[in-house]
Amino acid sequence: MSKLKNNRTDLAKTLRSYSMIFVLIAIVILSQILTGGLTLNPRNITNIILQQSYIVILILGMLPVILTGNVDLSVGSSVAFAGAVAAVLQVNLGWGTLPTLVVALAIGAAIGAWNGLWIAIFDIPAFIVTLSSQLVFRGLTQVVLDGASIGPFDETFRAIAGSFITDILGENAAGVMPIITMGLAVVACVVYALVQIIGRRQKIAHGVPVKAAWGMVARIVIISAVILVLSYMLCLDKGYPTVLVILLVFSLIYSFICNRTVFGRSLYAVGGNRKAAALSGIKDRMSMFMAYTNMGFVAAIAALVYAARMNVATPKAGTGFELDAIAACYVGGASVSGGAGTIGGALIGCLVIGILNNGMSLLGISPDWQQTVKGIVILGSVAFDIIPKMRKK
Amino acid sequence: MQDHILEMREITKEFPGVKALDRVSFQVKRGEIKALVGENGAGKSTLMKVLSAVYPHGTYTGDIVLDGQVCQFNSIKQSEEAGIAIIHQELALIPLLSIAENLFIGNPQKKMGAIDWNKTHAKAVPLLERVGLHEDPSTPINQLGVGKQQLVEIAKALAKNCRILILDEPTAALNEKDSKNLLDLLKTLQAEGITCIIISHKLNEIVYVADSITVLRDGQTVADFEDAKSVTEDDIIRHMVGRELNNRYPLKSHTPSDEVYYEVRNWNVYHPEDTSRQIIKDVNIQLRKGEVVGLSGLMGAGRTEFAMSLFGRSYGSNTSGEVYLGGKLINTKSVPNAIKNGIAYLSEDRKTYGLVLGQTISKNISLSNLKRISKMGILDLNKEIEETGENAKQFGVKCSSIFQEAGNLSGGNQQKVVLAKWMFNLPEVLILDEPTRGIDVGAKYDIYCIINELAMAGKCVLVISSELPEILGVCDRVYVMNDGQIKGEMPIEEASQEAIMRLLV
Repeated sequence: MSKLKNNRTDLAKTLRSYSMIFVLIAIVILSQILTGGLTLNPRNITNIILQQSYIVILILGMLPVILTGNVDLSVGSSVAFAGAVAAVLQVNLGWGTLPTLVVALAIGAAIGAWNGLWIAIFDIPAFIVTLSSQLVFRGLTQVVLDGASIGPFDETFRAIAGSFITDILGENAAGVMPIITMGLAVVACVVYALVQIIGRRQKIAHGVPVKAAWGMVARIVIISAVILVLSYMLCLDKGYPTVLVILLVFSLIYSFICNRTVFGRSLYAVGGNRKAAALSGIKDRMSMFMAYTNMGFVAAIAALVYAARMNVATPKAGTGFELDAIAACYVGGASVSGGAGTIGGALIGCLVIGILNNGMSLLGISPDWQQTVKGIVILGSVAFDIIPKMRKK
Repeated sequence: MQDHILEMREITKEFPGVKALDRVSFQVKRGEIKALVGENGAGKSTLMKVLSAVYPHGTYTGDIVLDGQVCQFNSIKQSEEAGIAIIHQELALIPLLSIAENLFIGNPQKKMGAIDWNKTHAKAVPLLERVGLHEDPSTPINQLGVGKQQLVEIAKALAKNCRILILDEPTAALNEKDSKNLLDLLKTLQAEGITCIIISHKLNEIVYVADSITVLRDGQTVADFEDAKSVTEDDIIRHMVGRELNNRYPLKSHTPSDEVYYEVRNWNVYHPEDTSRQIIKDVNIQLRKGEVVGLSGLMGAGRTEFAMSLFGRSYGSNTSGEVYLGGKLINTKSVPNAIKNGIAYLSEDRKTYGLVLGQTISKNISLSNLKRISKMGILDLNKEIEETGENAKQFGVKCSSIFQEAGNLSGGNQQKVVLAKWMFNLPEVLILDEPTRGIDVGAKYDIYCIINELAMAGKCVLVISSELPEILGVCDRVYVMNDGQIKGEMPIEEASQEAIMRLLV
């Protein structure tokens, strides 16, 4: 009897931890119905990935910052500034692609370190420091670009965002099974399954309690199905966008950093209780400094992808990106006070916002209404997550 | 026929999965000081929250009878209007507002819709007089010590014309002198006709101040002592824990070695902001291996400041002095350095300085030594679960699993987690600052056993405590600190409460 009850509360807990996934599925289905099937059209999926790619990249910097209990409002301006410098170097000064990338990334990291210096070392509130940087680097962007747009970039530079990984035979002919791209997807599924199975074995070997095996099997089946279906649809269009590969690799790396490294653990501890963390020997200032430096670095990656896709650097680039990235983290379950949140959650948050944007655009809803709806959905999805927890008390 | 100002009949209050109160009956006579005691989790605070409508009518069953009339309070405001005021353990004052503003915060003194400051101040003065607080009503709260803040809370309750004053652990954060002041104030208020209900862990205070005592255990009333004067502390404790507590302290099974292992020489610390004010003055202490040494001092004597300055200079400025471990000079200038050199510091405030409340027991324990479970900065999560689990078990942390959040544990269990956390780093020296503050008798005994075991394992243990019986019960030797200086040192055989107290004041 009590075991049954336990199982039921376990199930309820599990379901609640997946609540954002349900929101995501609901939005996909709704959007699919309203647009008459356009949402899950292969071409549109490629579009969603390309449109959301900068925000996904920014999340990889924003989530660690939010974990420490802070935010970064300067991200949009950092994107603009790093992109502008890259454009000046390549277009005006004729630099090659590789040195341009290196310098742009270094500039991003330097902006992050500048923010981190004031926040972590001099204890100036993050809101104020990054608000200042938002103005400073937006202004410097205009100075560097002299108020104009600069482009176009070299072919190699544009490849960051514009290229696709396709089959040997070149363009995927309709009806032909794309062997290499689908082969990659199958490899990904197998690796995922192996990681899950080996992880479980190791846990058992260490005497760590594990959940029932069917849960893992179900997870493997569902994830594999999603990977395969998505891949097939992408193949029906142009193949894997290079950006998607960059995103996946970086997401895995950052997820690993957050969950499995001493640095990641420090971020959670500092955000959860900075005083207790410091008195436990955690280098709180260093952790915050690194979180901001990383944020700047990641903003520069986003800047390069954005510039490559637009093929031009403009003074207004990246406006409002910081808010999208922050919203994605919160929608994805990160705590405003710090100490809680995951890269995976933030990615789902990002997809929720991305599919919403895309669906409304497909429906021809005007931008003013799009903003309104987006605002309400952000509040609603976070409330949906928080209110059930509040009732418990 | 007794004149009861208050009767609570058959009160039952359930939380999901737990019956916090099970048909509790509780009577208070008009004009008495009633003590409500019990272990943590016995239901004392819950009962008082039912009475003061923190849990409004309908969320519990049973009747509240005030002056012979059944009352149904739907909000705190209604219970206050009926003359019931509660002062919670965590004070509810606003730090940057003045005393006068705080006094009338829920009850502004208005003239034509705007606050009348002259009236507010004029009314504040007699209230402060009544509680014996000689401060300007315009002083901001954050410039007062905890003892005085407590008085402001009482004045605030008086401003609402309360007839029944409930105090939840009012002396938990006070030193002996302030505590005595407060208890005497309760007696004065009693003479003015105010009925008091006091919740406290400090039994000596209860015996001192209360007229009658009710003991709760596991959500039920287990004893009513009509005459508190005829009750001994041991009687109360027996009812609280439901078993005979022959000895509140475990037998000392450790023997200190002769060799001095941890030594602090010529330690001087200045105030962090007011850098001309010296807080710690030329302190020298020595600890032997396997020795438990007490550091006794009243609040404000500099005990915590001393301990924190030893631990990576977490407190103070212009710190000077030397620390030796096993005869070698060691660097304790930063927390990571102090930890690396085998020093551990358990804070008196575990929620603020000890635990990351939102994280699991396991992650809290590993925090002091992430190196132990990582290679090249990469964590081995399985090793973490395995080894922190062993520590949690060794220290008797009661939990459904080590994945439970630390914030959901009782005070005693939280303290055990903090101890387990420090032992995860295998320290040589443990500085325990008020290790049993705010935890119940049973858990206290467990903590004393752990201290004993640490000494048996050859650690140096420095116990800071404001409870003299505790120092006498667990330590081998005691230093007495007053005004930032060591005023005396004595082996425990020669020490007595009176002897220590003479040096303290």
